[in-house]
Amino acid sequence: MTQTLIHNARLIDPEAGQITHGALLIESGKITEILTQDTDFEEMFRARNIRPDRIDAGNAFLAPGIVDIGVKVCEPGERHKESYGSAGQAAAAGGVTTMVTRPDTSPCIDTPEALEFIRRRAIEETPVNVLPMAALTKGRQGREMTEFGFLLDAGAVAFSDCNNVVRDTKVLSRAMTYARSLNAVVVGHPQDPGLSQGAAATSGKFASLRGLPSVSPMAERMGLDRDIALVEMTGVRYHADKITTARALPALERAKANGFDVTAGVSIHHLTLNEMDVADYRTFFKVTPPLRSEEDRQAVVEAVRTGLIDIIGSYHSPQDEESKRLPFEEAASGAVGLETMLPVLLRLYHGGELDLPTLFRALSLNPAKRLGLDCGRIAKGAPADLVLFDADKPIVLDRFKLRSKSKNTPFDGARLQGRVLGTWVGGARVFEA
Amino acid sequence: MRFDHRHLLGIEPLRPDEITTILDLSDQYVDFNRRRDKHANALAGLTQINMFFENSTRTQASFELAGKRLGADVMNMAMQASSIKKGETLIDTAMTLNAMHPDLLVVRHPHSGAVDLLAQKVNCAVLNAGDGRHEHPTQALLDALTIRRAKGRLHRLSIAICGDIAHSRVARSNLLLLHKMENRIRLIGPPTLMPSGIDAFGVEVFDDMREGLQDVDVVMMLRLQKERMDGGFIPSEREYYHRYGLDAEKLGHAKDDAIVMHPGPMNRGVEIDGTLADDINRSVIQDQVEMGVAVRMAAMDLLARNLRARPTEVVA
Repeated sequence: MTQTLIHNARLIDPEAGQITHGALLIESGKITEILTQDTDFEEMFRARNIRPDRIDAGNAFLAPGIVDIGVKVCEPGERHKESYGSAGQAAAAGGVTTMVTRPDTSPCIDTPEALEFIRRRAIEETPVNVLPMAALTKGRQGREMTEFGFLLDAGAVAFSDCNNVVRDTKVLSRAMTYARSLNAVVVGHPQDPGLSQGAAATSGKFASLRGLPSVSPMAERMGLDRDIALVEMTGVRYHADKITTARALPALERAKANGFDVTAGVSIHHLTLNEMDVADYRTFFKVTPPLRSEEDRQAVVEAVRTGLIDIIGSYHSPQDEESKRLPFEEAASGAVGLETMLPVLLRLYHGGELDLPTLFRALSLNPAKRLGLDCGRIAKGAPADLVLFDADKPIVLDRFKLRSKSKNTPFDGARLQGRVLGTWVGGARVFEA
Repeated sequence: MRFDHRHLLGIEPLRPDEITTILDLSDQYVDFNRRRDKHANALAGLTQINMFFENSTRTQASFELAGKRLGADVMNMAMQASSIKKGETLIDTAMTLNAMHPDLLVVRHPHSGAVDLLAQKVNCAVLNAGDGRHEHPTQALLDALTIRRAKGRLHRLSIAICGDIAHSRVARSNLLLLHKMENRIRLIGPPTLMPSGIDAFGVEVFDDMREGLQDVDVVMMLRLQKERMDGGFIPSEREYYHRYGLDAEKLGHAKDDAIVMHPGPMNRGVEIDGTLADDINRSVIQDQVEMGVAVRMAAMDLLARNLRARPTEVVA
């Protein structure tokens, strides 16, 4: 039985919303003691008759490991873009202790057999926890629901068709009704599929100047309104993957006030970038939905602060160079984020927009709660899934040093502050800077 | 006189004095083109490749003629028929061409930003002959030259741009250019054909033709693409003509000496009345074509001067 003591750390407790200077004792993969720094550690070790490894954190921050909902690992189908091996290394280096993977692979994860395949691959290849989501409909085609029961038995934690919005409300309402009976979480992509078809940018002056096909931010609200109406109808547990516009927020607020079981997420890119960053057609900034105006960005940051938006994810989407080296409209959408999410989000901390407990409430605590996981907390008995980081260390991001097989980050060359020093999953150290 | 650009990708990066430089040189080429002997050596020894990923007759012919009159070796490549069909990417095509050492590359592409992308990958000067809905700089320059010659100035004019603004790169480039030169711009068209965020452009927007044309000096009509007429953007061709087609009655609201422009090819009876288009007192449509050759000569001449001033680069 291994024991570890991490001391001289600033413990970020997202449940209490506070930071304290102290130490954690880890035994058998769990946090067993939370101690103040002035504790006589040797005395305690004698009393408990243990000899743990001692790690001096050097006053760095220690937080519950990130639970990243919506990671795309390109197995099966496109292992050259990202494998479980490379994604796992990237996650460990980024402080992500649980990857909740997307089913939009090719073929997609819509059968228990496919799910078992990726679970096996994940266990073999990754040092971090992997929890798979499964497709909501067969082939993500929006026609027939998948075998929710079997898929749940095989380990699916939620159901989503990702960016393929189910157009047929009858199909969606039946899937939601059935999912409700199994108490399963349905993850929607709030976007009106008609309005957003073919869009590469958000409507406005920038899109018009660049001559890019664009979508009104209203398409997100329409998608959310529709999904919330179906939640009211079916009573399903619903999570909106990305809320990125100010106009969608009142609808979300109303749904929560009405007591519906609704949560919402947002991506690191929509919190830290705006449409102007696309500049001269830089395709690494092409994401789904497209980057928004600065007003929208500020509104969603504020919504994370107040807790209206519950969860922050990287929406890690590896793309190879070939699929990005195309004219903007034709280029593939998405950006990698597992390894960059923490330093990128620390921009919001350094800019005074969000404090650290709030960040980790959205990064660790809330996603864990949403999926009924025990992690995401600094608490006695919680799994020792932890990230130790220096919030101030200046870095210049070099995309070719990323551990992901794909290097499509919009933050190449960006000056950031913050570095992950160590990551623990179930008490075992999986990354050391 | 300064024109410190390697490429002509759009109007956006140009300063007003640079626009004036191009137009002044174009004026000289207008006179030159009216001579019997139309041969100069400004581009002698240089290779010009016209790469059109989208159909074009007029623009391609204009660039070809401009290059030939200045002594370049001109080659036309109809790209929609060739390697694109074989799955080659734009960048591969660019690298292939680059290996043939062209000096001037004239590119038209159906996607916005594609010409910018190509320009990053080649060593020669790139001229944008239209990319998606983004820009068509030589069209805006030839329109500016036409206006300046007809009106005697290119500032403090009231200019109406009418029709399908949303899908038009011509409108984009004209808007930028006329704005830089401090003109008053009015956009007229059905709201379904207006780009988003138009309020932020510093222009006046009208959906009524008569109101919008009130006392303008210049009326620029835009071509309505056939595929927009199917009920998706406007109810029908005939309703469009009734409400937005330019005829003598609607033109009556503009100034008495207002000129009528159209980038061509025209849909007579859709966006413009045929008789009006042929009215030599009002229509400068034929002048625009003439100015087109001169402007393209001037643009290629200026880029070639910059090209020759640079030491020969080795392809990396």
